[in-house]
This record gives sequence, C-alpha cells and structure tokens, in this order.
Amino acid sequence: MNYVLIFIGAAIVNNFILSYFLGICPFLGVSTDLKKASGMGFAVTFVMVIAASATWGIYHKILVPYNLQYLQNVAFILVIASLVQFVEMFLKKFIPPLYKGLGIYLPLITTNCAILGLTLFMVIKDYDFMESLFFAFGAGSGFLLALLIMAGIRVRLDSADIPGPFKGAGIALITAGCLALVFMGFSGMMK
Amino acid sequence: MKELFKGIFEKNPILYYLLGLCPALAVTTNVKNAVTMGLSVIFVLFFSNVIISIIRKTVPHQVRIASYIVVIATFVTIADIFIKANYYEMSRALGPFIPLIVVNCIILGRAEAFASRHGVVSSMLDALGMGAGFTLVLCFMAAVREILGSGTFFGMKAVPGFFPQFLVMILPAGAFITLGLIVGLHRAVDMRIKKRDSGVKREAVR
Repeated sequence: MNYVLIFIGAAIVNNFILSYFLGICPFLGVSTDLKKASGMGFAVTFVMVIAASATWGIYHKILVPYNLQYLQNVAFILVIASLVQFVEMFLKKFIPPLYKGLGIYLPLITTNCAILGLTLFMVIKDYDFMESLFFAFGAGSGFLLALLIMAGIRVRLDSADIPGPFKGAGIALITAGCLALVFMGFSGMMK
Repeated sequence: MKELFKGIFEKNPILYYLLGLCPALAVTTNVKNAVTMGLSVIFVLFFSNVIISIIRKTVPHQVRIASYIVVIATFVTIADIFIKANYYEMSRALGPFIPLIVVNCIILGRAEAFASRHGVVSSMLDALGMGAGFTLVLCFMAAVREILGSGTFFGMKAVPGFFPQFLVMILPAGAFITLGLIVGLHRAVDMRIKKRDSGVKREAVR
C-alpha cells in the first residue's frame, strides 16, 4: 500500500514538473510535438529508475558509512552523468531499437534537474531501496504525463491567435500554470 | 561595461535565454527566499566563471563539461554548507533547490558559452551581470507573488486589510502564470526598444 501511495504521490499529487518545477527546460523545449514528448518522457523515466537505484546504493553504502555526506552533490552529479553515458552505450550495443527511440534524448538528460532533484528528494525523504524505486518510477511517469498533456495542448496553441510578445514561451508558461491548477485538484488525495 | 549590463535586461538569463527556470519558479514564494537564492547563484556563478576562465587553456576539450561540473559542484557545496550552518531555517525552506544550482543551466551555460572563451576579468563581469539579472527577476517575481499572495513584503504587512489575498499566487500555478506574464512583458518592451532603435544597427553580444 505504501508503495502505491509513493507512486501516486510522485506521479500526480506532487508532480515533478507542475509542483516541484523540476525539468522545466525539457518541458518547454520538447513539448512541441507528441512524438518528441513521449520519447523524452520514456527516456527520463528509464534513467530516473536506474539513477535512483545507483545513487541509493552509493549514498547508503559508501557516503553514510564513511561520513562523507557533504560529497553528496558532487558524487550524485558525477554518477548521473556517467550513468547516462553508460546507458547510452549499452543501449546502442545491445538494444538498438530502444536506442533509436531514446538515443537523442539521453545526452540532454544529464543536465536535467529532475534527475538530480529526484536523488536529492530521495535522501531528504529517507526512503529505503524499494521505496526509492517506486518514487523514481512514479516521478518519471508523472513527468511523461505532464509532457504528453502539454504537447497535446501546444499543437493546438500553434494555430491560436496569440498577441505577438506572448508567442512561444510566454503562452507556454501560462498554459503550464493552468495545468498546475488542474493538478492541484489532486492534492486532497494525500495527507 | 557591456559584459556587465547585457545580462540585466537585454540578454537576461531568465527572460531572454529561458535558463534557470526551475529555481525562478520554485523559490519565489517570498522575497527573502528569492534574495538568498539570488545571492547563492551570484556566488557560485562568479567563482566558477573565474576558475573556469583560468583553467580554460589547460583542460582538454573532450572532458571540459565534466570538469566544469566538478568546479561548479564544489562551489555549490560550499554555498549549501554555509547556508545550512548559518541560516538553518532558510536551508529547510529552500530544500533541495540550493544543491540543485549544480544543474542550473545558467551556470553551465555561462561556463560553456562565455568563461571558456574569455579572459578572467570579462568572465567576472559577465558573471556579475548575469547573476544580477537573475536575482532581479527573482526578486521582482517574488515581490509580485508575495504581495498578491500573502499580502506581505519581506515578511512585513504590505497591503491594506481590505485587500483580498490571492492564494493561487503562492501556489505552483501562480508561479507559472507570473513568469509567463513577465516573459511576455519583457518581450513586448524589448520589441518596442528594438523598433525605436531600428535605425541604429545593434551589435549582437554573446
């Protein structure tokens, strides 16, 4: 039950994009069409789960026992960066179809604050290993969901008559605000 | 001088490049948080720009991004620990957003686009200008949201009692809408200035 709550909490109630503001850059950058949005969303979910398991191990088995928590930021970002590189090479070699789908989005993920944010939240909330995995999976799914909804809306925005200065980023941010309002409706679901 | 001032309005990192939006949206619920965040970013940006500009000739091209990230992460850790030690309440309020400066695209963006190609002094000015532009937008957003959302400014009562408080402004939705309006406004002003100066050819500054 606990796992289900963590999943729903990360995916919908505390959606990473719409209530923690993590991963806004790709949210605005690739939400221009549905295909790109789903590719990015799946790639982020994939990396999130792997990064969560790797950094959980490093934090609880190496940094905590040796009292090195202050290295957390440096360690996490390096782990994420090398992990992304490794995943990219692995997919290219062993699962080419998946690489074709996700490949171009992987390098962009290194500087995606959603991944580092996820690992930092994992430490702050003091999750155990399984909880972290569900948290990561939920956060990734929420990211994908928000990206898909946004892409769907933006396709229609293209043909709308918007005042000049608000074209592009301005209207996208205001739309995201309306989406955040909608997602607020879920906030009563969890205490 | 151009290096110092371009970041404040014309090439503002948030409004023009749309960089560093995560902290801009997340910490602007009140002005105090925004000032802390802005100062931390200026600190990190300044020192990482200086260091990167010094080492730019010795770092091999292939590993430059990784080395920049290590430099940035070091200064972020210093800022993080300093805030934790001296302003514990503030560090609780900002949560993971101070460590998240590591992946703030402004800092890596300036390192890659500016500090790795220019001398120490102009990198310093660039960092100060960009940092100031970032902080100003942060404070402006925070002021709008705090006054409308909780009726206070810097924790003090700012509006008369009969004025309604718009709770939505301090919620995430308010952050997106405020930023969207500011981005639109900035572009409208910028367009007007460009139109006025269209006779004078403006030099593109990078």
